[in-house]
Amino acid sequence: MSNTHVHKDYHGAKLGMWLFLFTEVLLFGGLFVLYSVFLSKYPLEFHEAGKELDVVIGTLNTVVLLVSSYFVALAISFIQRGDKKKAVLFTWLTMAMALMFLVNKFFEWKAKFSHGIYPTSPHLADLPHGENIFFGLYYIMTGLHGIHVVIGMTVLGFMVNFLRRDIITQEDFVKLENAGLYWHIVDLVWIFLFPLFYLVL
Amino acid sequence: MSNDATALPSFFEDSGSDRKGILSWLLTTDHKRIGLMYLYMVLGMFIVGVCLGLLIRLELIAPGKDIMEAQTYNAVFTLHGVIMIFIVVIPSIPAAIGNLVLPIQLGAEDVAFPRLNLFSWWLYLTGTVLALFSLFTGGGAPDTGWTFYVPFSEFTTTNVNVAVLAVFILGFSSILTGLNFITTIHRMRAPGLTWTKIPLFTWSLYATGWIQVLATPILGITVLLIFVERVLGVGLFDPNKGGDPLLYQHLFWIYSHPAVYIMILPAMGVVSDIIPAFARKSIFGYKAIAFSSLMIAFAGSLVWAHHMFTSGMSDTAVLIFSLLTFIVAIPSAIKVFNWVATLYKGSIIVEPPLVYALGFIFLFSVGGLTGLVLGSAGTDIHVHDTYFVVSHFHYVIFGGTGFGLFAALHFWLPKFYGRMYNKKTANWAFGILFIGFNMLYLPLFVIGLQGMPRRYYDYLPQYQTGHFISTVGSWILAVGLVIMFVNLYRGIRHGKKVGRNPWGAATLEWQVPSPPPLLNFDKEPDTSGKPYSYKGVERDE
Ligand code: HEM
Ligand SMILES: [Cu+2]
Repeated sequence: MSNTHVHKDYHGAKLGMWLFLFTEVLLFGGLFVLYSVFLSKYPLEFHEAGKELDVVIGTLNTVVLLVSSYFVALAISFIQRGDKKKAVLFTWLTMAMALMFLVNKFFEWKAKFSHGIYPTSPHLADLPHGENIFFGLYYIMTGLHGIHVVIGMTVLGFMVNFLRRDIITQEDFVKLENAGLYWHIVDLVWIFLFPLFYLVL
Repeated sequence: MSNDATALPSFFEDSGSDRKGILSWLLTTDHKRIGLMYLYMVLGMFIVGVCLGLLIRLELIAPGKDIMEAQTYNAVFTLHGVIMIFIVVIPSIPAAIGNLVLPIQLGAEDVAFPRLNLFSWWLYLTGTVLALFSLFTGGGAPDTGWTFYVPFSEFTTTNVNVAVLAVFILGFSSILTGLNFITTIHRMRAPGLTWTKIPLFTWSLYATGWIQVLATPILGITVLLIFVERVLGVGLFDPNKGGDPLLYQHLFWIYSHPAVYIMILPAMGVVSDIIPAFARKSIFGYKAIAFSSLMIAFAGSLVWAHHMFTSGMSDTAVLIFSLLTFIVAIPSAIKVFNWVATLYKGSIIVEPPLVYALGFIFLFSVGGLTGLVLGSAGTDIHVHDTYFVVSHFHYVIFGGTGFGLFAALHFWLPKFYGRMYNKKTANWAFGILFIGFNMLYLPLFVIGLQGMPRRYYDYLPQYQTGHFISTVGSWILAVGLVIMFVNLYRGIRHGKKVGRNPWGAATLEWQVPSPPPLLNFDKEPDTSGKPYSYKGVERDE
């Protein structure tokens, strides 16, 4: 005899997700602290180095992520209304935008590499210390963000699968909601990274 | 009452799935089974850590080389620290005992996210295996100390990469446990169990959960940066490349000081549950104790830089952090005074859990008071990085968390195994442990004050006496540990059967059968009583 009990708690699931997102923000928070300390130490070098980054690609990627956030929100509202087909479609579209973001990022990084700007490169070693730190932070922070994009895509992939198999339904959509929340955080972090690296300097 | 004829099968017999044998444990989502799996691993790794500690002590019994090379010594104390902190003490009470007890104290069937709970355990297992793996692979066991201080940790050729990944994974596991407990406490309380009726052990886990969630991500990013620095060599912490090693220390201690409270708060919770049960008296100042847990969690997050008084900070910063450090002593003192006030004029029954809890209060007080010496910038400069510090944190962590864990084992194991150990032997074991403990660590205060630096392989002859006494103490302590563990083991295998409430305590876990059935409760929990009012509560041995 097994008396297992299935327990579903919408508010509990949301609370758990919010707590988790909090930890994600704090994870990046440590890096933002480093950024601000080094910025106050090397304001001029950060300014110089910042000019190297391509504002156009950065802006494009910001738009891509904002749109993707909108798409995932649409996916949620479609499943709430019981439109499974559209929910699947917009989850797919969110993933497509995520992929686009990564492709852009790839070309951006590749261009930097071809200019000899990468950690421990001889070119960076010749530049002032502050610029080395700037690019180091740039790679670490956008890199960690990139990893989160990949994780987000994977999670959304599972959501498509769950939608298809009716694990996520009009009555029980908290999984998709939580995935959406995660995706919003990925977007939000970028909203902070973008001005710090591309704009203010 | 102990012989329920129509009893439900216990959680040992009913796994809640069709799986049999070991798989019914490794894939379980039952909080009690997960709690026991944590417990076995924690205790196993504790024994490994103790053996390493004994090796350290043996090496230090006399000046010069005794049993190992200097490099081996560095690896041994690093591993001792990493194992004891990240694998033993941090998960010990929250993950092991907390998983066992917390849901039942709330009148719940399980934690809020049972599968996440299992996932945390698997992460814990992975982290532990990786940490052990780092010993035998790559360029040899890490030799940085458990703090992984830069710049050395960036450049040493030993296996630091694997070790920091292990710490990262262990941290993730800790975060998920904290998140799970917070949600459980918010969402799963039985009807009628209001916030002021939650047992203090659960309250302490609530405060701990918040520290786990808020502080551990910082550790995550910090050790990740060590990894990144070692692989990419950006130089964020390397002055040669424009970086700053002090930033590492800040990030590290922003987590690791609060982590001290992840270690100690749950032990305080254990003691807060044990003292009233054996004083047969409601706890003095329930709200003050619950609130002081939150206060410790909050204030404890603001004092990290007292580890850096000698690292080169501005005088203002030193002053502020010194002051804040003193402030954290207040909520701790509130708890100690409340425990003592509870015992005052109680009809005290001396049983092993109480004995260990009293040991906790004494040892923790010694550790806490010497902490004030370290918190005052002036005296800290004298004893920084000496054996005074080693002694201080062993009194707090081992005397505090360690004895808190032992108290918890003696208090709750009869509940989960349904059998009682030999109480007389348990008291004897305590006596030996207590003597061994003080003999091991008291001399270290003295030689620390005299200037013996920590993490040194060799020393001047003037410190010989202290080291010698300490090493002999470590053997006595080890004997005490062996007696205690053997006694507990024999108890849970062959001990006398106990009923639901062998101690006559009033929290909800004593209303369920021992051992409990899969979903904990065989009848609706009665939440009408207060957790510490013993009127009408029968002892059911
Ligand atoms: C038989 C028990 C133990 C013995 C003999 C022992 C001995 C020692 C010694 C001699 C050191 C100093 C190493 C050095 O600074 O060079 C040390 C360090 C340390 N011990 Fe223990 N210890 C024991 C139990 C514990 C326990 C139970 C914990 C945790 C709860 C613990 C945590 C630590 C930590 C964190 C360090 C610091 C390592 C470092 O400085 O990097 N020890 N121990
Ligand atoms: Cu501290």
